[in-house]
Amino acid sequence: MKHALKIAAGVGAGTALFMALPAWAQEAAAVVAPTPAPTVDKGDTAWMMVSTVLVLMMILPGLALFYGGLTRAKNMLSTMTQIGAVACFAMLIWVMWGYTMAFGDGGNGFISGFGKLFLSGVTPESTAATFTEGVAIPEYVFICFQMTFAAITVALVLGSVVERMKFSAVMVFAAIWLTIVYFPIAHMVWAGNGYFFEKGALDFAGGTVVHINAGVSALVAALILGKRIGYPTERIVPHSLTMTGIGTGLLWVGWFGFNAGSALEANGSAALAMINTFVATASAGLFWMLIERINGHKGSALGFCSGIIAGLVAVTPAAGNAGPFGAIILGAVASIVCYYAVSVLKPKLGYDDALDAFGIHGGGGMIGAIGTGIVYAPVFGGPGPADFDMGHQLLVQFETVATTIIWSGIGTVIAIYVAKAVTGLRVSQDVEREGLDLGEHGERAYN
Amino acid sequence: MQQIDQLGGKMKLVIAIIKPFKLDEVREALTTLGVTGMTVTEVKGFGRQKGQTEIYRGAEYSTNMVPKIKIEVVCPAALADRVVEAVQASANTGAIGDGKIFVLDVGQAVRIRTGETDVTAL
Repeated sequence: MKHALKIAAGVGAGTALFMALPAWAQEAAAVVAPTPAPTVDKGDTAWMMVSTVLVLMMILPGLALFYGGLTRAKNMLSTMTQIGAVACFAMLIWVMWGYTMAFGDGGNGFISGFGKLFLSGVTPESTAATFTEGVAIPEYVFICFQMTFAAITVALVLGSVVERMKFSAVMVFAAIWLTIVYFPIAHMVWAGNGYFFEKGALDFAGGTVVHINAGVSALVAALILGKRIGYPTERIVPHSLTMTGIGTGLLWVGWFGFNAGSALEANGSAALAMINTFVATASAGLFWMLIERINGHKGSALGFCSGIIAGLVAVTPAAGNAGPFGAIILGAVASIVCYYAVSVLKPKLGYDDALDAFGIHGGGGMIGAIGTGIVYAPVFGGPGPADFDMGHQLLVQFETVATTIIWSGIGTVIAIYVAKAVTGLRVSQDVEREGLDLGEHGERAYN
Repeated sequence: MQQIDQLGGKMKLVIAIIKPFKLDEVREALTTLGVTGMTVTEVKGFGRQKGQTEIYRGAEYSTNMVPKIKIEVVCPAALADRVVEAVQASANTGAIGDGKIFVLDVGQAVRIRTGETDVTAL
């Protein structure tokens, strides 16, 4: 979704505006003439349908296994169920009021109009513009693709609050957080009239919208919720790094839908995003193990998995905005920064970000978002124009990141306190000790 | 009863805590001696052997508990010394953490299926 899209509702809407890629902005600026009705390419449509379900696979079972394996055995089902349930809730909210808030017609820089509440007016013939003039995809496909992004982002936030937050609280939080944090930020960054989109912010697949947003919200939520009983004195270790490893693989594969799918077409831009999603991730996985060795430890399986995720997060905004070698550097830097964020910064500051949602998604997201403003430059092999103004671009990137941090921080405070007022937020001490699987769901993961 | 008296009429319980990978060798050594059964449990514990350090994303945990195998063998008292010797020989690697052997008196044994008692029940 690089940058987004004006949605042309109905085939007859020949006046659809097409947003040019920043890379082409110079040439495209002159082209304003009305275009004929966009054509829907079957190859693009098929690719976007596949991409959409790949992102679903990232959530279930990818993220559920990744996060689940990192929790203690007594909280495995609770973690997996919370992820699945908020993702489902996000899908329903998306078609009710989420889509129109983010990508509906009209509105202002911060929020779209409400004309597409309950997908009003959308038909199988409706189309959504891509980045190529005259090429569109069915709007239902675009709605579904974007739906999976909202679903995974809210699920990512849960990484910091698992093992102690009530299921009911998670559901209330999800509804409010999506409404006041995710939908406006998705609009600002990706919609054609979005505030940061118009400023030229580069975020190919959601470094700010998904990762910084989820990471910062996770940190704020964890701070309000408080530490788990026994943290950090008791032994709290992942119960199955095997599951985490499986989840890591599913996330990586699914991420090709996330990143390459964000080109919205099956074309060269998607191909660039694809190769970057390979090499940045490979670099990050190895660099995490390397930095462990440099710090005198053994290269670990969890380190490898953490590096993979850090690399995927960092390459998300850069996927179609970097060359392969810029992406490799970005992956390496993100891995190193995230390593120190989770193993030095977190213990020093003392917050209990249970599964390091902030350390990896927040840290990797910021490195990716800022770094995209650098690796976009042609000197680093990026697709930026020859006269690319890095200073200006970095300023825009910084502003986008800072706004996302502040917006998501404040929004999360509101969402968490409403959830607290309605549900009590945290499970009882007895339930927490016995495990949320039994206490909240009446089951055990392993019998 | 005659035979049991010859064997001392008593039984011993030999408990051996050994390194897990030594289980097969110990079992073979004991079978050769004529030991007809044993109970094996996976256990954790500590002695002089140091535990290990685990690190998860920088969070270090030192574990004192080392995984071991516990073997329980009930044998006629007269056989106990040879059982102990056989375990000691077969479970030995010469390194710290090879384990320990304990010998206890057993008051009674019953085979559940037939009701046979003491040494005939072993």
